[in-house]
Amino acid sequence: MHFGLTETQETIKKSAREFLRAECPMSEVRRLMETETGFAPALWAKFAEQGWTGIIFPEKYDGFGLGMVEMAVALEEMGRVLAPGPFLTTVLLAGTLLDRAASEEQKQKYLRAICRGEAHSTLALLEKSGSWNPDQVQLEAKRSSGGYRLNGEKQFVGDAGVADFLLVAARLEGDLAVFIVPAAAAGLRMALTPALDLTRRLYGVWFDNLALPEENLVARGGRAREAVQAALDVASVGLIAEMVGGIEKLLDLTVAYAKTRKQFNRPIGAFQAVQHQCADMLVLLEGSRSAVYYAAWALNEREPSAQAAVSVAKVYASEAYREVGNKAIQVQGGMGFTWENDTHLYYRRAKGSELAFGDASYHRERIAQTLIDQRRMVGEAGGDSCR
Amino acid sequence: MDLNLTREETQFRDELRAWLTANVPSDWETHRLYDGMEERFRFLRRWQKRVHQAGWAGVAWPKEYGGRGARLMEQVIFSEEMARAAAPPLANVLGLGLIGPAIIAYGTEKQKKRYLPNILSGDEIWCQGFSEPNAGSDLAALRTEARLEGDHFVVNGQKVWNSYGWAADWCALVARSDPASAKHKGLTYLLVEMTSPGIEVRPLRQMTGESEFTELFFRDVRVPVENVLGAVGDGWNVALGTLAQERAALGVSAQIAMRRQLERLVELAHQIPSNGHTAAEDPLVRQKLAQSYVDNEVLRLNQMRAVSKIIETGRPGPEGSILKIGWSEANQRFQRMAQEILGPRAQLTGGSDFAIDNGAWGYSYLRSRGNTIEAGTSEIQRNIIAQHVLGLPKSY
Repeated sequence: MHFGLTETQETIKKSAREFLRAECPMSEVRRLMETETGFAPALWAKFAEQGWTGIIFPEKYDGFGLGMVEMAVALEEMGRVLAPGPFLTTVLLAGTLLDRAASEEQKQKYLRAICRGEAHSTLALLEKSGSWNPDQVQLEAKRSSGGYRLNGEKQFVGDAGVADFLLVAARLEGDLAVFIVPAAAAGLRMALTPALDLTRRLYGVWFDNLALPEENLVARGGRAREAVQAALDVASVGLIAEMVGGIEKLLDLTVAYAKTRKQFNRPIGAFQAVQHQCADMLVLLEGSRSAVYYAAWALNEREPSAQAAVSVAKVYASEAYREVGNKAIQVQGGMGFTWENDTHLYYRRAKGSELAFGDASYHRERIAQTLIDQRRMVGEAGGDSCR
Repeated sequence: MDLNLTREETQFRDELRAWLTANVPSDWETHRLYDGMEERFRFLRRWQKRVHQAGWAGVAWPKEYGGRGARLMEQVIFSEEMARAAAPPLANVLGLGLIGPAIIAYGTEKQKKRYLPNILSGDEIWCQGFSEPNAGSDLAALRTEARLEGDHFVVNGQKVWNSYGWAADWCALVARSDPASAKHKGLTYLLVEMTSPGIEVRPLRQMTGESEFTELFFRDVRVPVENVLGAVGDGWNVALGTLAQERAALGVSAQIAMRRQLERLVELAHQIPSNGHTAAEDPLVRQKLAQSYVDNEVLRLNQMRAVSKIIETGRPGPEGSILKIGWSEANQRFQRMAQEILGPRAQLTGGSDFAIDNGAWGYSYLRSRGNTIEAGTSEIQRNIIAQHVLGLPKSY
């Protein structure tokens, strides 16, 4: 057993850091956050060149065929620089869903386009209830001549504004069903819903008797349910890895400031009141990192404990990122509260990330169902899952 | 990154699991809950003897001194399997966790042969004499004196907070061998037999009511020079290695103890009434139990990462402080939460009618208060992280 990155994984992480430092400086992030879509096609093309847009998908669809841990370390670096763009939505949500549930024809067409960096997509899941539980989906899908009709509303749809097609979760004759909806389809309307995180985009999406041909159904019933859950788990690991990168960057910023900022003739980092806040930030960083690497590994191995591992990481990192943000601002004092200082961009990202793919309460309840209702303690050494 | 057990690790686990299934004493739970401290200790000493005779003590210790010669990972698997089998812990906690490893790292061949086998068998129980009344967090300020007279050191002074001092046959003592020295320099690490004339052991009763710790008084205690561990004057470095081990070792057992208590708490939650249903159905209780599970998993995973790193680099680093803060604070949160969930009966102590688990929860609640103090306070751990990991300036 070895709990640490392999040499290859370290190399991926290092080259991702160097690439992003050059291609995605904070000046670019700040420029893009002022634009409507928050997105740069040129940067996306470079992501595709790196192989990132197909990072975890089979080579037969022009994917890169890497594992979840490799994905996670790349995402850690993206989160460190607040890389903008529809990566979580296109690659991890839509890509995984297609990979798990789509037909061969659909994969050849849609998954391949994602892998090649030629298409953007997203998953429209949440509705009025705000629940990430796929069982709560109510958007109506009805059979009509030669296909389906969709009617209803979706909320919190990430990056819908740049999507070429959306994967839409709907209720079809009582079943959960997932459809491919082209962005240009008649009866589709969307509107940006500005939120705290300035480096991501959320949309409301409305379906007005939108017609779809038969072949746009991806899956229904248990298969759809499993694929949506798989997409959420994979995207969660990506998101949490990004959060770890963000936490690390905040710690680095704060420690650098504490070493140089002087008050009472000494660097403020010489005061224990400041030191202890920095130490707590490191504790939160390392816990989040251990949790997400484990979750990535467990997902990759399709361990029975994988879902619990994802939830553990999401709960821990959600609170860690928020708390590290609080401390980062506190230690940097007035400077940390200014618009020019980058800290608030991470602080905002922390809030958006905490709420995405289920907040801490949602994931604690998911854990409770295993821990309490099934009286199972998951996660002993070696991925041994039952007591 | 591969968290699957290797073939050797799996074989080790399966063999151990089979042995534990056949050998864990069925009356341990009764001894745990109802014995007094010394009676329980005698039980644990007998248990260690059996574990040792079967070849499972000192999993990662060299074979030539009675260990099993496996890696640290097997040691972790050993701890996990012991917990899984609800096995009693081994009696010689400090000998196995701290002092044995220091002897392996710094001891002469003769010392290793002399001390290690008896640590493993539990024939010689060890305590540790580091802290003093005026040297707690500022450990390097210690003043117990070891004066060289011919082929003996003569020790005078007072030590405090000695776990197992009441049971110990030997004491690992750090004393000032160079009276002109200050702080970290001029300290020497001595192996002292507790029956030496001039040692007085006084129980130190702590807030739980038990006397888990002692005070040790040394008056002209003669210790042969061959009992120096490491070099004369190098005691700080020898002790520092021990302290790092302490943080790592205590962490594993604390995490496992917490996990076992969490399992028990989940069981109890199915029985405890709460607002017209059971606590297990109360959404707030569910959130709290799940949060404890999260805390516990993060501890476990941090430890696995740390162990892998130690195997790679050979030594525990200052990151041990992250683990120490982790388990001590997590246990305090956990005990607080357990009290909330268990309700009014949680306060009832051993022997009370209506007490849950013979008052074990009240005891562990009080005991956990010491966690952020023992083995280096949380404040000291945060100083270490800030100054030795993050590179912030020294504050003292």
